[in-house]
Amino acid sequence: MKAGNPPRTPWFGLLFWGFGLAMGIGFSLGWLPEANSAHGHGIDRVINYLLVTTGILFLSGCYVLGKFVMRYGRGEAQPNSKVSAKAEAAWAIVPVILMCAISEVGVLAMGLPVFTQIYGEPEEGFNEVEVVGKQFEWLVRYPGPDGVFGEVDHAKVHDLRNPVGLVKEDPAAKDDIVVRGMVHVPVDRMTVVRLRSLDVLHSFTVPLMRVKQDTVPGFTAFTQFTPEVTGPFELACAELCGLGHYRMQGTILVESEEDFEQWLSKQEPWL
Amino acid sequence: MAIAEQHEPKGFIQKYVFSQDHKVIGLQYIFTAMAMCLVGGGLSVMIRAQLTWPENAWGAEGAAPLVSPEAYLSWVTMHGTIMVFFVVSLALVSGFGNFLIPLMIGARDMAYPFLNMLSYWTIVPACLLMLVSFLVEGGAAAAGWTAYPPLSALPEAVPGSGLGQTLWLLAMALFIVSFTMGGLNYIVTILNCRAAGMSLMRLPLTVWTYLTSAVLGVLAFPPLTAAAIMLLLDRHAGTSFFLPGGLVFGNEVTPHDGGTPLLFQHLFWFLGHPEVYVLVLPGIGITFDIIATFARRSIFGYRTSVWSLVIVGFLSMIVWGHHMYVTGMNPYIGEYFSIATVLITAPFAVLGMNLVASLWRSRISFEAPMLWALGTVAVIGAGGFGGLFLATSISDIYFHETFFVVGHFHLMIGVVTTLSIFGGVYHWFPKMFGRKMNRRLANLHFWTTYLPIVGVFVLMHFQGMSGLLRRYYDHSIYDFGGDGKVLALTITYLTIITAGSQVIFLANFAHSLFKGEVAGSNPWLATTLEWTSPSPAPHGNWAGTLPLVERGPYEYDPGREYGEDFTPQGASQ
Repeated sequence: MKAGNPPRTPWFGLLFWGFGLAMGIGFSLGWLPEANSAHGHGIDRVINYLLVTTGILFLSGCYVLGKFVMRYGRGEAQPNSKVSAKAEAAWAIVPVILMCAISEVGVLAMGLPVFTQIYGEPEEGFNEVEVVGKQFEWLVRYPGPDGVFGEVDHAKVHDLRNPVGLVKEDPAAKDDIVVRGMVHVPVDRMTVVRLRSLDVLHSFTVPLMRVKQDTVPGFTAFTQFTPEVTGPFELACAELCGLGHYRMQGTILVESEEDFEQWLSKQEPWL
Repeated sequence: MAIAEQHEPKGFIQKYVFSQDHKVIGLQYIFTAMAMCLVGGGLSVMIRAQLTWPENAWGAEGAAPLVSPEAYLSWVTMHGTIMVFFVVSLALVSGFGNFLIPLMIGARDMAYPFLNMLSYWTIVPACLLMLVSFLVEGGAAAAGWTAYPPLSALPEAVPGSGLGQTLWLLAMALFIVSFTMGGLNYIVTILNCRAAGMSLMRLPLTVWTYLTSAVLGVLAFPPLTAAAIMLLLDRHAGTSFFLPGGLVFGNEVTPHDGGTPLLFQHLFWFLGHPEVYVLVLPGIGITFDIIATFARRSIFGYRTSVWSLVIVGFLSMIVWGHHMYVTGMNPYIGEYFSIATVLITAPFAVLGMNLVASLWRSRISFEAPMLWALGTVAVIGAGGFGGLFLATSISDIYFHETFFVVGHFHLMIGVVTTLSIFGGVYHWFPKMFGRKMNRRLANLHFWTTYLPIVGVFVLMHFQGMSGLLRRYYDHSIYDFGGDGKVLALTITYLTIITAGSQVIFLANFAHSLFKGEVAGSNPWLATTLEWTSPSPAPHGNWAGTLPLVERGPYEYDPGREYGEDFTPQGASQ
């Protein structure tokens, strides 16, 4: 087999330096919006930690790849390319240790404390609210003065008369407060959200609070967060739920403790 | 074995339609995938257009929206389904797998040629069912490619959940049947039909990746067949596998009780996650083989790569729950899935390091396949590291269902696979058709595809970081994600450039088929067995005896003169 001269374009390696540079600049532009909840800062810390560690690895990889392509793309003979199997195996230990360390630090050392904030025992004196997803709106229920959520029965659900299906016969349901689309919560106090669905999957998402939890028909899911800033925050649905998925909008209104209590005391029970 | 004599095809139908020759079947898969890609890829341009100009089609003043929300959801669903199962799976796994495995291991054909033909002809009706579903009442399935119930179970939940969803489920079941037959065939062929001397540790890495993929496919896919049948029963026979009591639509409670939608999610991702590796591993295998050929150097860490593949395969079977961190699954189970998932980065990083290190002290020829392979290496890095953000359950709370996810999985199972498919076509085109593809056009195709396609999905990572949610018909009513929305127009233009660039590929393909430079049996001076067979490879692959394998797959020595720097694995007598 006779060989012609193969093409040599070592400048091709610049592609990878450019790739690394573009990624480095792109990801450092600060795309994350500010977090407005206590655990949100923890989530952002994990994200930033991963950005820095994987970023360094990726940039190093791009540098070496580009360097090799330019260095070994010139067509020079390379007499000493043999590497012993032992050396190859030894080299493999480097990425294994690096990746295990980087990734498990993210999941365990940095992640677990945040995990406890979101899924652990709620802080004392928490505010509890139920959010029910349905095509395509959010229904919000407060337990009322007795602090107990009354029984619900989906057979009794009527869009206008009884949106969450409160059971009249249950005394605990008598004082339950039901609101559409707007979740009032106090600032600097933990809110525990009970999540249910009437029809299909939805996902209770407040991007600026770093909150996301699906509502699944058939059981109650929980999430919790402590808002740190007052004001309205957008609530959206993050699980495809049908035609109106994109407009299943709601609001989380974070208020001072006094404003929240005052608003709550003014609400009439639904039944 | 005398397969060649037994099945010598006669006439057009036996030779090109109901063929039992692995090479013809491989090409049938590849051409089928190309046809399906016109639909699936076309949809991606339409989806981008809707996202960029939600109010007036293509931004024309006064125009109506391009599409209704129901059709939009069908587009998104069908784009995902077609691209994952009917383009990438067909081209990369079934197409190249069938074409390459017997040639690379020194066999005359697959172990079960008839089963091979049957699996191709099971895919054809699956493709047709998918395409026909666009035309039925209510439109094609619209519950996402993940088809989560209750949305996919109840016609009252979404219009596409009518006949369209039924056809979708039937097509998926057929796909899995076909894929299982193909997987069994791959495993038996690779284990039992290797040429003399072709020990497992002499297999080209491409074959190793097909073996891993086939094992994963055979173990992981059947549960979705079960899920598809259960969902069909929920839809048509009144069962409640995935439907709990108390589902309310229009003030009416549905007559279901006792099931849970989470069961479907587990079954789906038990298939869905290994499926990702089924797709991406052969892409990595092909990249390894191309890099060895054009770096003119043995692969760095052949053994560690094989073991990494095996470990990746094993881990991929036990981490499906990382798609479900916020679905209401017990968060402590989610934590287990997180700890296990991030471990995959370790063997994956070994593969990545070996790819890069294989260039050390090499002598690179920048032929067309090599550009694609080198480009793939960088994308494996970008996509792989992005996965860590989603595998870590805490950061996934923010990123779940955002464009970060879309960007990430497209980089891995969209871009890595596509780039390696193109690399593979340029590389093995001579073996398929006896001619080389035009190099200038191939280079032009590389630059006009690589830069925009990588740009599209990297920018989507930024959109996701800004909070933009996926599967939205229109983002304009929300304030969050504002920084990301700015990128939409650029992404759409880049998508259009990528799509347009494929005209160059198709033109080159068609032109080279008839007018390309005639290639000898081994135009790239490569070492693996397929290059000892004539180009195009005849029925039975080798005219004489089967090759006798005497050494490993990558015996190159860049210290010697070009043209004499390689020793083939073996030769046919």
